[in-house]
Amino acid sequence: MEGPGSRLILGIETSCDETAAALVTEDGELRANVVASQADLHAQFGGVVPEVASRRHLELVGPVMREALDQAGATLDDVDRVAVTQGPGLVGALLVGLAAAKAVAWSRRLPLVPVDHLAGHVASLYLQPDPVEPPFLCLLASGGHTLLIDVHSHTEQTVLGTTRDDAAGEAFDKGARLLGLGYPGGREIDRLAREGDPEAYDFPVARVPGLDFSFSGLKTSLLYATRDLTPDELEERKPDLAASYQRAIVRALVGKVRQANAERVAVVGGVAANSELREALADAALAPLALTTDNAAMIASAARFVEPVPYPGYLGLDAYASR
Amino acid sequence: MQTGSPEETEAVAAELAARLHVGDVVSVSGELGTGKTTFVRGACTALGVVENVTSPTYTIGHRYHGNGAEISHLDLYRFQGMSAAEWGDLEPYFDDAIAFVEWPEAGAGVLPSPRYTVLLRHAGEGRRDVMITEC
Repeated sequence: MEGPGSRLILGIETSCDETAAALVTEDGELRANVVASQADLHAQFGGVVPEVASRRHLELVGPVMREALDQAGATLDDVDRVAVTQGPGLVGALLVGLAAAKAVAWSRRLPLVPVDHLAGHVASLYLQPDPVEPPFLCLLASGGHTLLIDVHSHTEQTVLGTTRDDAAGEAFDKGARLLGLGYPGGREIDRLAREGDPEAYDFPVARVPGLDFSFSGLKTSLLYATRDLTPDELEERKPDLAASYQRAIVRALVGKVRQANAERVAVVGGVAANSELREALADAALAPLALTTDNAAMIASAARFVEPVPYPGYLGLDAYASR
Repeated sequence: MQTGSPEETEAVAAELAARLHVGDVVSVSGELGTGKTTFVRGACTALGVVENVTSPTYTIGHRYHGNGAEISHLDLYRFQGMSAAEWGDLEPYFDDAIAFVEWPEAGAGVLPSPRYTVLLRHAGEGRRDVMITEC
């Protein structure tokens, strides 16, 4: 344990559905990680969010910060800078976190660190107890994003490829919906795929030049494979469809990772939880499961490598929708 | 009309794009996999967007810079209806931009009226019916 003098970074994340706060030390030790997730609500409503609004973040951002401080047994006196997601994301949602971060930092005369959400996902790998040291190739695959990133150092990275249409996590969720599975779709397909034959259907892996991805055609192939089945036939073939569909997504991801020909590979984002992907990239470094989906620990972690904006120069900082 | 490939759907969208002005809203409806994002991509490319135009299902809203116009790309797939608070979040995407809205049904009566509605339908393997209506 570090002494009472140990300084903490308070991270705040509100770029999409999750309202999150976390406390991380300068050495990358995670002291608290709180995510007010709408996952339960999503499940209840079959993946549709009952209300996607900044108002929810506004209600939750104070409580998650307090909960993080309680978890860490800390107070704001122990915090020496505040990190927050500046973008990309839904602007109204981002602004709630940004305003909260400015308020806390300004009231304590602390510096503020604006963090890019995608750089944050990569920085989930820099936390203790097993930090991954750059350089490495990072596959970031989630519901909203699919990128292949060349991580040169803690501060420099180059995007080598992105999806041209749907993200990999979205392909899982929409595939699950076509199969009439529950939510979250990725987990349901993963579970059902274990009972099926991954070679039963020959779903296409899109031929995309370079290191970009495409999952839109695959989704359509699944639609064509399911639309003419009777409900009984669909029920019977579901495991094979799930297994073959998952195989195609994983093949596409792994294919591009191999094509990039990197010595070391890491995987982050919600799709990193997929068991077939984890097996297929057995040598890859993986973010801890709790940190694969959106969280604030990764934002605080990323802030360790970003120049803070000193008090009070950050009051005019704005959120950005796209990179 | 009918298209036989994603490229043809993009070309139809490019023709529509030439008629659009800042402030216009285009709703893009159709079942999963009919090519809504493909359609918006075609329009965006014609309007000078160089980035990959990707599905905003999870991220809800994307904003692109075109030649002389900002372009918003929204997706209400995950919405059930549209509360005042949600409209408040989305309103900035309609300011000073050409806005494309996928799965617009949840925003009916709340979103600004579209200037064009686009309806895409599966029409047999690889083919799509594309219906564009000026409102």
